[in-house]
Amino acid sequence: MSDGAYSYSLTTFSPSGKLLQIEHALEAVNHGNSSLGIKATNGVVLAAAKKLAPLVDETSIERISNITHNVGAVFSGLSPDFRVILKKARKNAEKYRLKFGEEPSAKVVATYIGSLMQEYTQAGGVRPMGCSVLVAGFDHKHHVGELYQIDPSGSFWSWKATAIGQDSLTTKAFLEKRFRADMEIDDAIHTAILTVKETYDGVLTENGIDIAIVGERQTGQGDSAKVTPIEFKRLSVEEIKAYMAENE
Amino acid sequence: MSNIMNHNGAAMLAMMGKECVTIGSDLTFNTGMQHQGRVFKVFPVTDKILLGLTGLFSDCQTFYQNVMYEVKLLQLKEGREIQPQHFGVLVAHMLYEKRFGPYFIEPLIAGLDEDNKPYIANTDTIGCLTEPDDFLVCGTAAEKILGPAESFWEEDLEAEELFEATAQALLAGIDRDSSSGWGSVVYTLTPQKMVTRFLRNRQD
Repeated sequence: MSDGAYSYSLTTFSPSGKLLQIEHALEAVNHGNSSLGIKATNGVVLAAAKKLAPLVDETSIERISNITHNVGAVFSGLSPDFRVILKKARKNAEKYRLKFGEEPSAKVVATYIGSLMQEYTQAGGVRPMGCSVLVAGFDHKHHVGELYQIDPSGSFWSWKATAIGQDSLTTKAFLEKRFRADMEIDDAIHTAILTVKETYDGVLTENGIDIAIVGERQTGQGDSAKVTPIEFKRLSVEEIKAYMAENE
Repeated sequence: MSNIMNHNGAAMLAMMGKECVTIGSDLTFNTGMQHQGRVFKVFPVTDKILLGLTGLFSDCQTFYQNVMYEVKLLQLKEGREIQPQHFGVLVAHMLYEKRFGPYFIEPLIAGLDEDNKPYIANTDTIGCLTEPDDFLVCGTAAEKILGPAESFWEEDLEAEELFEATAQALLAGIDRDSSSGWGSVVYTLTPQKMVTRFLRNRQD
């Protein structure tokens, strides 16, 4: 059964040195719903467009998911592939917590997903993942946000703000113009909504977008100032609606 | 002398002070009723964590190698030092992994975290973690050190006073245990430095 050419990986170098299956996987990503991430001074915002057939119940679609209390991810591309990644990443994060008594940082999660994606480009009997992933987290020790992109090839790197999926080039160009290093979470949410709106086909409502945040919130002034962590959380439809109303 | 935990003999004591910890250990190495020589039973993990291991010394050496594999891998992967609190969980986790074929060791951990908060902990052979905020005893002389340690230890001792308390309690305990002795060593860990001092106790 395991004999013959078919037991080898389908991902084989072309004579020009390319891995065509990986490039095709990236093509699948570029056809997927668009997602974006923005680093703010006190957190990170993830957003994703939910462009669905008219009769689909949008509330049943979760584009953004949490991996630990402080790390979450969004994807563009094939959602079933992302589900596999999510399941494995969550298991790995829980194993890490069991072993060291603390949750892994976004970098550890991104590294793990990167290794996983790489494995699917080389192992036998599998195909590369058809999705790119943005991982967001917050380092409460140093008070900085973390935002990573992982591609089907397994390569991963960090962004201040980026977009993946459909129209990602246009979206990235828009973000380049809109990004400010001194933005707080609230400003970043507004920028995220504007950015999604830019390439959204039709009228964007609160049901057509998924938003999640992670970071910290400062309350009080002077001596009574206190920093409270915000765990990774998806905004409710009501919250998104309120932010969109502010944008008008 | 039929208990494998008492085969090699050991006396160990860790104390917590104000931004400092100490860990003291004897140096004896026995096989049953025979004395063989001297060994060090406290091992460095990072610049600010020490791991003392009592019990079967061969298991101590193997466990130290295995735990350092994990610690160094974490350092390489994440580019940061493991913190004492997380090291405690790691040790407990690794011991419980061998729940039904355990290492015959009782580890003692002492360290300072990145905020220089002192931390001491120990576990039983299968990784039940204890994290007190005063002192801990381990080894064949454990019961004999416990009493002196209770009377010498005070809250918020400075490094020098803490060393004195540790050394006195350790010496008093060792003198009442035939399985431990042959000199002792006390490590005093402060945010600035680690001081190693050898004690000459009874050589029999």
